[in-house]
Amino acid sequence: MATQTSIKTVQAAGAIAEVPPEDVQVRRRRKWFGDARGQSLTPMGWVGQIVRWVLLLLFAALFMYPLAWLLAASLKPRGEVFDNRLIPNTFVPENYLVAFDEMPLANWIGNSIFIAVLAAVLVAVSSSLVAFGFAYYRFPGRGILFGIVLATMMLPGAVTLVPQYLIWNQLGFVGTHVPLWGANLFGSAFYIFLQRQFFLGLPRELFEAAKLDGLSAWGQFWRIAMPLSVPSFVIILLFEFQASWNNLQAALIYLNTGSQEGYTVPLGIASAMTKYSPTAGGQGDYQYVMVAAVLVTIPMLILFAFGQRSFITGIATTGRKG
Amino acid sequence: MSTIADAGTGKRKARATKPLKQKMGSLRRKEAVAGYLFISPWIIGFLIFTLGAMVYSLVISFSYYQLATDTARPAGFANYERLFEDPKVMGSLGNTLFYAVLAVPFEIVLALGLAMLLNSVRRGAGFFRTVFYLPKMTPTVATASMFLLLLNGNQGAINRGLAAIGIQGPQWLLDPDWVKPSIVLMTLWGVAGTMVIFLAALQNVPTELYEVAEVDGAGPFRRFWNITLPMISGAVFFNVLVLTIAAFQVFDQAFLLFHRDQVQGSSDASLFYAIYLFQQAFRQFDFGFASAMAWLLFVIIVAISLIQVKVGNRFVYYESER
Repeated sequence: MATQTSIKTVQAAGAIAEVPPEDVQVRRRRKWFGDARGQSLTPMGWVGQIVRWVLLLLFAALFMYPLAWLLAASLKPRGEVFDNRLIPNTFVPENYLVAFDEMPLANWIGNSIFIAVLAAVLVAVSSSLVAFGFAYYRFPGRGILFGIVLATMMLPGAVTLVPQYLIWNQLGFVGTHVPLWGANLFGSAFYIFLQRQFFLGLPRELFEAAKLDGLSAWGQFWRIAMPLSVPSFVIILLFEFQASWNNLQAALIYLNTGSQEGYTVPLGIASAMTKYSPTAGGQGDYQYVMVAAVLVTIPMLILFAFGQRSFITGIATTGRKG
Repeated sequence: MSTIADAGTGKRKARATKPLKQKMGSLRRKEAVAGYLFISPWIIGFLIFTLGAMVYSLVISFSYYQLATDTARPAGFANYERLFEDPKVMGSLGNTLFYAVLAVPFEIVLALGLAMLLNSVRRGAGFFRTVFYLPKMTPTVATASMFLLLLNGNQGAINRGLAAIGIQGPQWLLDPDWVKPSIVLMTLWGVAGTMVIFLAALQNVPTELYEVAEVDGAGPFRRFWNITLPMISGAVFFNVLVLTIAAFQVFDQAFLLFHRDQVQGSSDASLFYAIYLFQQAFRQFDFGFASAMAWLLFVIIVAISLIQVKVGNRFVYYESER
């Protein structure tokens, strides 16, 4: 699990980190075929641009189709889910109300939000603490310990899956939500790496001056490093919220035996997929599953809209300050 | 934490009269203590949830562990011998390898193609990048629940679409030969994570190289082969490594489509290694065997990573300043 999460976060980091300020974007705007050069285009160049646009639109349609299909299906009556129309023949917005009666959706969403917020805040604070230690203090074994931090990113989650279950079982937390956020108290390798990079980019003089003024080590962290690192702190919050929101395996392991009300959204939807499946004796009321799928997706889309912007401002701010 | 500060200010006066060398030593010690305190969350977490868990896992893998009684009879190498006797272990390993070999090249080619397309348009790249990224933000449960219906062999939108252009679509979810391509298709829908890493790499290729090559009369294919590919080889290597490791741990998609419950008679074709490991651990509660499986996976992943790093070192071009 750990590795899967870190892979996702590395990719997400790429997603957001890759947006440079607008002027840089314009300067870098590339021409793999060598025609878009920031000068005016030749007629041939225009043809090339139009061909690429058509291709991009085609791919955009392919990528958007399932989401449009999902939204449409969530608004259809049972018999029409499979008619594959993107505009439902019969509009049934009541699905969104009935779904909450059919499944304890409100509980699932509440559980997921609670766990994801807690997981994100805990891991962001603990990782920042650890990152500050690695970035600003010299102590014996620092290099080796940081090497171990990096090495743990490569460890497949499967290796620690069973013993971690046994540890939580020993502590009596199996069946509760604690195992879904508890390990976040201790920081996470990728986030430690990210925050350490950010802290290393801050001018050391800031901290030297604060030390001379009598600010404690904790004060240097909490009153100087943390406020300056808000951009990367927000990135950690967003990434971990997403990772936690998507986490199916941990919910399967730790919550599956408990009552339905205790499920998270991913586990709930997984159970609903079976419940409504005709092969498992259901009626094929997939429109309710689609409602749940829409509801689990929307927060991520909001997060994405919000995250993209926050990072650009982050770069702008540090660019001015650094 | 505030105690560090108190101790520091309290002792400062007393120390002012001590010889300089001694003072330096104690300052260094104070710095080390602060460093260790800052990284202590990670140290605790590492000792319990990583190192402790790994040792625990190793011990369990050499025993017959009974969860109910919390006893572990020594088993010697029995669990490891079973790895080679249980045909499902090798079968699931074969499935996983097959999936990785199928998925990774498709992902790399599609991601690189889309990234180059985005990188070569003058306007709208940001818009299309956002569109392509939305599937990546969609939680896996939502993706799986909609693809469960889209891939339906008889009524699903994908086969209807294929029928419209005169192709008889396969029984994606039932035919053992098409189970893995189904998961590849789902994975490709979220290819944008890999794409943005390529996009970032492409934007760092110096424009001058293309200009010089064009003056020298190099065509698009030569420019791609001799400039683009070498310049982004680091990103290619990173993506191949990360995607391979992820493919070897594929779980969520396969679980949601094929293994939600034991009743569902899913064919062996969808039994991936992580799925079988999960079943052995948390359905059969055979923790000893599951731990042995986890260590085999660990060895395989380490071996594959090492091979890829070795091969990568030969082909990856690193700029001197990197």
